[in-house]
Amino acid sequence: MSIGLHFQDVTRVFTKRGRAVEAVGPVNLEIRPSEFVAIVGPSGCGKSTLLNMAAGLLKPTSGTVQAGDKQITGVNVRAAYMTQHDSLLPWRTVEKNVMLPLEIRNTEKSSRQKIVDDALKMVNLDSAFARSYPSELSGGMRKRVAMARLLIAQPDFFFMDEPFSALDPQIRLIMHKEFLDLWATTNTTVILVTHDLQEAISLADRVVVMSGRPGRILDIAEIDLPRPRDMMNIQFTERFREIYTNLWDLMRIDLYRGENL
Amino acid sequence: MNENFTSSSESTNSNPQKAQDEALHLAATQEKRSHRRVIFGRLLVLVVFLGLWQGVSGRFIRVFWLSQPTLVVERLIKWFGSANFWIDVRTTLLETLLGFIFGASAGFAVGLSLGRSKLLADIFRPFIVAFNALPKIALAPLFILWFGIGLQMKVILASVIVFFLVFYNTYTGASNVEKEIIEIVRTMGGTRRHILLKVVIPSALLWVFTGLRISVPYALIGAVIGEIFASNAGIGYLVQASASQFDTTGVFAGLAVLAILASLFNIVLERAERISSRWRSL
Repeated sequence: MSIGLHFQDVTRVFTKRGRAVEAVGPVNLEIRPSEFVAIVGPSGCGKSTLLNMAAGLLKPTSGTVQAGDKQITGVNVRAAYMTQHDSLLPWRTVEKNVMLPLEIRNTEKSSRQKIVDDALKMVNLDSAFARSYPSELSGGMRKRVAMARLLIAQPDFFFMDEPFSALDPQIRLIMHKEFLDLWATTNTTVILVTHDLQEAISLADRVVVMSGRPGRILDIAEIDLPRPRDMMNIQFTERFREIYTNLWDLMRIDLYRGENL
Repeated sequence: MNENFTSSSESTNSNPQKAQDEALHLAATQEKRSHRRVIFGRLLVLVVFLGLWQGVSGRFIRVFWLSQPTLVVERLIKWFGSANFWIDVRTTLLETLLGFIFGASAGFAVGLSLGRSKLLADIFRPFIVAFNALPKIALAPLFILWFGIGLQMKVILASVIVFFLVFYNTYTGASNVEKEIIEIVRTMGGTRRHILLKVVIPSALLWVFTGLRISVPYALIGAVIGEIFASNAGIGYLVQASASQFDTTGVFAGLAVLAILASLFNIVLERAERISSRWRSL
């Protein structure tokens, strides 16, 4: 039974050197259970801020975020979080890293190993690497470990903050495919924050385009590309290009307003 | 060398596996050879140094001022056979060890709490900076006044020196834990205790180890300086007593013992560090 997520009139103001900076304008967004939503927008548009509020790591200045019918007040422990850096603990082996959520949730010791082994199998990580340290793995393999850790607690939400942006393009495509396969088997609600419009369109059910600061929703596009999608070729289809061109026209306007220029 | 090369290139055509083995073997011998060269170089430096010392002393400078390697070795042999010497060694070791343990545990505890609490860190920073800038050796007279000239005073002097080294490293380690990792652990449902035990302490440990390693020689320095200031036992006392009797041979022998002790400490620490942080070196 998966649940959805509802942003209602959410705003967020930061103070920077004594000055108030509006990071997120009023945002209203309803995410359906098991839906895959991607959020794109220029740097500093508050995409990550939205994600952090959904994870309960940040409180909205005004408005509410609801998971299912419950308002998020503390840390949202029904969510699993994945970021650009794989954020593995370098002193733990692969299997101990994946096991961490089980340790924290106090899962019975005798069943931990099997759950970990299954998760590593699901992300196609060779069991020969289970006892390796993260520094011994390639970037793609570390992503697999991070994905296994994401899965293991059987969360209701995957919150992904540019999880694939540090990978090289070929590996990224492979990871896209594998992540979609995982998502299809788990029924989880996903929010993916990304810079990469192509990634957003090829993966998501809907793409939310945000404006520059203060971040507001410019448009929400239904991605009606049929599933299962062929990650290696989808970007060459007619429909993909059409969607891409439309969204790109929208994003282009705000491109020069990003904070990193 | 040349033979090796032709034989391995010939076998590339016939048997690639064999060629590879030979290439590995060649690389291994080369490495062994350069290692041997280093060892040889070190021995050479040592021999030249001792030879010069032996030659200069008595010829250009009086033996009274410079002593001689042979005399020092003779003295060391004599010491090794005497019970008093081993009491001195034990005293210095005990002071160093206790100073190290007390200073390191206090430094670790304080470093961890300040590293995790920005408020505490902000409050205490100026005091710690000021106290750390103080040459700790200048505290010795005060410690003698308070604690006498026994073991206690050396232990405390060594502890104070060790404390700051371990404190700074632990503090840096604990306050520089990646925020992202902490947030991920929080969404896993991790409590403050989980974050401390599973993230902060292990990640600070690397820094702590650096602090521990650099502070062992300083513990020894603290103990020996304490002994030189005021005492009736220990290697530092031995050096001081020899000097006050114009016995340069005794001074050099004492210094040699200190150098040996310090090197032994270093070897032990390097081993311990290599075992505990295998993940890092890979």
